[in-house]
Amino acid sequence: MNWNIVLAATIKWVFMVLVFGLGVAGILTWVERKMSAVIQDRVGPNRASILGFRMLGLFHPLADAIKAFTKEDFVPDGANRVLFFLAPLIALVPGMLAFAVLPFGPGDNLVIANMDSGIIALLAITSFGIYGATLGGWSSNNAFAMLGSLRAAAQMISYEVSMGLNLVGMFMVFGTLSFSQIVYAQGHLLGGWLPEWGIVVQPLAFILFMAAALAENKRAPFDLPEGESEIIGYNVEYSSMRFATFFLSEFFEVVLIAAIVTVLFLGGWQIPWLDPKGIAGGWIRVLQVGAFVVKTLFVIWVMMLARWTLPRFRYDQVMKLGWKIILPLSLLNILVTAIVLAML
Amino acid sequence: MASNFTPYYALVFVAVLSILLVLALLVVNAILGPKRRSRVKMTPFECGNEPWDNPRKRISVKYYLVAIFFIVFDIEAVFLYPWSVLYRGLLKQPGYGILALWEMLLFIGVLAMGLAYVWGKGDLDWNPGAKR
Amino acid sequence: MVDELRPEIPAGVLVEDGEMVLNMGPHHPSTHGVIRLILTMDGEVIHTVTPDIGYLHRAIEKIAEKTPYYTFMPFTDRIDYLGAMFMNHGYAMAVEKLAGIEVPRRAEYLRVLADELNRMASHLIFMGTMTMDIGAYTPFLHALREREKINDIIEALCGARLTYNYIRVGGVSFDLPPGLTGQILDFLDGYEVFLDEFDRLITYNEIFVKRVANVGIIPADMAISYGLVGPNLRASGVDYDVRRDAPYSVYPELNFDVITGDDKYGSVGDAFNRLRVRIAETAQSARLIRQVLQKMPTGPIMGKLPRKLKLDPGKDAFSRVESSRGDTLFYIVAGGGNSPHRLRVRTGSFTALSVVPEIGQGVMVADLVAIFASTDVIAPETDR
Repeated sequence: MNWNIVLAATIKWVFMVLVFGLGVAGILTWVERKMSAVIQDRVGPNRASILGFRMLGLFHPLADAIKAFTKEDFVPDGANRVLFFLAPLIALVPGMLAFAVLPFGPGDNLVIANMDSGIIALLAITSFGIYGATLGGWSSNNAFAMLGSLRAAAQMISYEVSMGLNLVGMFMVFGTLSFSQIVYAQGHLLGGWLPEWGIVVQPLAFILFMAAALAENKRAPFDLPEGESEIIGYNVEYSSMRFATFFLSEFFEVVLIAAIVTVLFLGGWQIPWLDPKGIAGGWIRVLQVGAFVVKTLFVIWVMMLARWTLPRFRYDQVMKLGWKIILPLSLLNILVTAIVLAML
Repeated sequence: MASNFTPYYALVFVAVLSILLVLALLVVNAILGPKRRSRVKMTPFECGNEPWDNPRKRISVKYYLVAIFFIVFDIEAVFLYPWSVLYRGLLKQPGYGILALWEMLLFIGVLAMGLAYVWGKGDLDWNPGAKR
Repeated sequence: MVDELRPEIPAGVLVEDGEMVLNMGPHHPSTHGVIRLILTMDGEVIHTVTPDIGYLHRAIEKIAEKTPYYTFMPFTDRIDYLGAMFMNHGYAMAVEKLAGIEVPRRAEYLRVLADELNRMASHLIFMGTMTMDIGAYTPFLHALREREKINDIIEALCGARLTYNYIRVGGVSFDLPPGLTGQILDFLDGYEVFLDEFDRLITYNEIFVKRVANVGIIPADMAISYGLVGPNLRASGVDYDVRRDAPYSVYPELNFDVITGDDKYGSVGDAFNRLRVRIAETAQSARLIRQVLQKMPTGPIMGKLPRKLKLDPGKDAFSRVESSRGDTLFYIVAGGGNSPHRLRVRTGSFTALSVVPEIGQGVMVADLVAIFASTDVIAPETDR
């Protein structure tokens, strides 16, 4: 093995996963509280302070981390100790790992693992996330957690089918499974002026993918596994850092889904009409990475708006939406795409 | 040859790093956190009552059905992937393009028929009392 | 090993093979206080619901037997802490009938003003908690923001924000402070804006309507046979309001509409109608408050009271008020001393809870939460 690869991967991991992923996820816990406060006409978090500086409550994520570290590490009676310990780990790691295949900018240097089959790797990795919620609920020896984990399992696998099928149309248009190639292809201009972003060539797939990804993420309006007013949630028995890990994994997945949507449908690092081949270096490359980050944050913002304005679906409605609406529409999308491409 | 596999090495390496990081978080918490056990605290939460029922009883067969549907449809989705990547290339070759289209129409048709069958059987209905 | 430690399932709960028994409550986010629902369920579908009440029983009716007539008033606040004003009003009216006390007209108007403000506050809590149980958190805080303004008004009126003790036997405790009329009118103007915003945010939200429309349908005959009262009854299409049909205080002099359920979005008597009726009632309350402020006469706020109330034993009286949870009945039998022999309070929550097992059969967990929230049951009123 070449040690340069290891070193490069480590550095990229630190910047992309720790600084970007974990950093944004950590700040998102603050953003979500502050944003919900604005939506709900409240002040929001503003108590935590260092030497009297409150910084709009920006120290709250820090205070949360300290609290999570110093709480009792608790396992209820009758729980399966091994799985109870592993579940938060299984929930968080796939989310972190999935960043490895996403291109943050043009070229090989701004992606950890530039694979030809990146999307398949991503789908494989994110599928693991289901085990976190399912095992967490099952191992708790708690009826509510069990219900939550069953809901999580059925909901997430239902939407995973649609997620996979929605991407088929993209593959047909762009003819590749590689994230980097898809982003390069999205720099192409249709008719000389319209950037060939995924949202332009596959608008239906974009909407369906967004919905399926929200459901996969277990956030409102699809927060049934947690549905705290019904079944208190699959993580009801979790406390301390184990709970914080579940909590963090949710925010990590928000960042991840926003990043995936950006890469697949919003042109990734592409800035329209500016250096579509990604050959320019220097400031333009910095701008392109910036464009990726800004687009990601925009998608996160949309997801947060949905979270704080929509009520929750009922369980049969979620299943109905997944199997009877999104799945047939995805098949239709593939069909239409195939016919249109054949006619072109 | 080696260069083709470097992304996979990187991925495995990053996986190890991530697992170690999360393990470290959990272990630090286990060391720092207090350990004060009591009978009541260790009871699983059931809204303030002693749990009456075993949560790991037999569960509704509906959930298993979803798992089976998932396997069926997800595997079929996987079969679509290679075709979809090659589709545009095949269209450019005379003769192959229309064949590729018809073959996949047939495949998706079978998939849709499966969905229609499951739908018609009522296995996708979760709410027995629903009239909505 | 763990199974051996589990307690026996009580005999009242019949469990069939393959069913799971689950305690929902007393410590559950959507049982609003401490009510326990024992569920038997198969997966997501609920087979039976058995309510278990009594966690908030404070023997208020028994306390009345040892407490002088006037002194008992603060206890009535605790019967229904979200609608304390109605309980004050009902008890005061019962005692007034019993002792033949005249109430000044200004006091009657102030009572109606306080009642309707309280009705708005109580329905706002309902609107907030119901939408929160459906999973939307934002409308809850918007509703509580409006309720906070009502709390401020009532605080200016009587000094208390929750357990008011404002309506007394023979009148009310404080007169309208100067400047409060303007504050109330300002609030009512802002309330119209809020209602419009609330409707657009949640009431007619597609997901929300799908969640609550056609859920937990109570037909009119079932509503009557279970003794449902108030908004729950009206949502089932029964046009009955104590304020209009058995008038008390100065309600006959005021104009208001009685709102009943319709089938525009679901069917008559479903959870959506129970919400819609209450939202429309707050608008009617606002209308009533405006009229009251216009017509408010001048004069004393307290009638002439005997210093110590002593009544012939066995004499009885009853009063009815339309509280935010419906027709509330106070029945007093005078005792030998200066306290009642027996006080009986008939509240709306108790009957509303009794209908939940009937309509909660065969629904999904999320539906049960919607049904339970829509009946506006609060624990202190069921238990007293």
